[in-house]
Amino acid sequence: MNASVAHGPAPVARGAVSRLSCLVVQPLLIRIVRRIAAQHPGLFARLGPHQQTDFVIDATELPFALHLRPDPDALIFRAVPRDALPQAGALIRGRFMLLLELIDSEEDGDAAFFSRDLEIGGDTEAVVRLRNALDDVDVSIAEEAAQMFGAPGRAILARLRRAYADDTKGRGHA
Amino acid sequence: MSLAELICPAGTPAALRTAVDAGADAVYCGFQDATNARNFPGLNFTPDELAASVAYAHARGTKVLLALNTYPPAGKVDLWRQAADTGARLGVDAFIVADMGVADYIARTHPDVRLHLSVQAAASSPEAIRYYCEEFGVKRVVLPRILTIPEIRQIRKEIPCEIETFIFGNHGLMVEGRCSLTNYLTGQSTNMDGVCSPASDVTYERCADGAMASRLAGFTIDRFGPEENAGYPTICKGRYTAPHRDEAFYAFEEPVSLNLSRLLPELIEAGVHAFKIEGRQRSKSYVRGVVSAFRKAVDDIRAGREADIADLVALTEGQKQTQGAFQTKKWR
Repeated sequence: MNASVAHGPAPVARGAVSRLSCLVVQPLLIRIVRRIAAQHPGLFARLGPHQQTDFVIDATELPFALHLRPDPDALIFRAVPRDALPQAGALIRGRFMLLLELIDSEEDGDAAFFSRDLEIGGDTEAVVRLRNALDDVDVSIAEEAAQMFGAPGRAILARLRRAYADDTKGRGHA
Repeated sequence: MSLAELICPAGTPAALRTAVDAGADAVYCGFQDATNARNFPGLNFTPDELAASVAYAHARGTKVLLALNTYPPAGKVDLWRQAADTGARLGVDAFIVADMGVADYIARTHPDVRLHLSVQAAASSPEAIRYYCEEFGVKRVVLPRILTIPEIRQIRKEIPCEIETFIFGNHGLMVEGRCSLTNYLTGQSTNMDGVCSPASDVTYERCADGAMASRLAGFTIDRFGPEENAGYPTICKGRYTAPHRDEAFYAFEEPVSLNLSRLLPELIEAGVHAFKIEGRQRSKSYVRGVVSAFRKAVDDIRAGREADIADLVALTEGQKQTQGAFQTKKWR
């Protein structure tokens, strides 16, 4: 399963930016996923046998993809350059804010799939289990993650959400 | 005038709380096994979750209906009986059943709990509905989505129980409870295992031209162009080639959702007691949006105001909606 290659800078420069971005965000990702796992242990039961599945989450605007293995005993959540993706059990691809809104159930995954804004591949059962597990979380995971970084984190999330809402309205999806 | 109760879906405890908070009069849900027709991975309730959910709903005046609406294979009724016993112990307000054996067991063992006849029983004539009422004490029938409003009005006059109709969501018109298309490809049964197009057999493939092929058990059932809206990967809504057609075509049904928001006043006038929103497999976002919109619409109608229906097309399958047979038998 190969992620598509975005247009833009030359491949060498793009690869360097991607690797540097991965290094920068990796410590944040580890903190976020450990916190979410600790706060919502019930999430793992709904994943069933797919706790060991490797999910590749491809937010199309980001310079890297994310690799998630939601194993409560050996959590993996890391940024990976698109030219070095692991063998994915399941792929989830869409715009970054759409994926964030899906995690928080602010948007409906089936509707995003119908409109082709969300692409899934690989093991469909794994994706369905992950979706249902996240949907059973009452609080906003995005806000919990933003909260970890204080006022700047909350401000960035609010700004991203405003921009996404404006863009969605502009595209006639409101 | 009917009470126009709003019956809302819940696939998880969080979705149930969302439905209750959005104004559901009743929420329907199921256990994590083959006893209900949405036996999907990661969905549904454990007994402990159901206990907490019943408490949450009842504290807010909302009923909980437990779907036991699949058919036990011959000689394997224990799972359904245990589910009924557990549901009764936890205080659910009604069971939604399709199988006569399950209905008989509940009528004899838990006579104080209401029985609703599932759409999966496909009871669409006064004679069939009266039979379930007389033999098992059924209090409400969920009508198949094949009847016009005049037909519903006539049936209401000839039966001794309440009527519930679907008003929004998935629009499946195969003879409900009898569809074997999934069995044919996957070996699993929609009606006995509770899985239509099991996710473990579904794959999506992105084609080089940007199109997407959806497959069930290796068989291609549709191919959506790069700009084309998609639907669920169910055989009944697949697009197929045939020798007598130049292009692939929807041989059974099209990916489209039912939306009867504009027919609510007529349905109420026809004596429909309860309105069902389909979608236990959908997200909290869907539940919140659809339940809120219909809560407001029903309240407006009850108050004698014109209903202001929010646009729900973004949540429909294929982003298309229909009033189906409720509007006219010429549909399709």
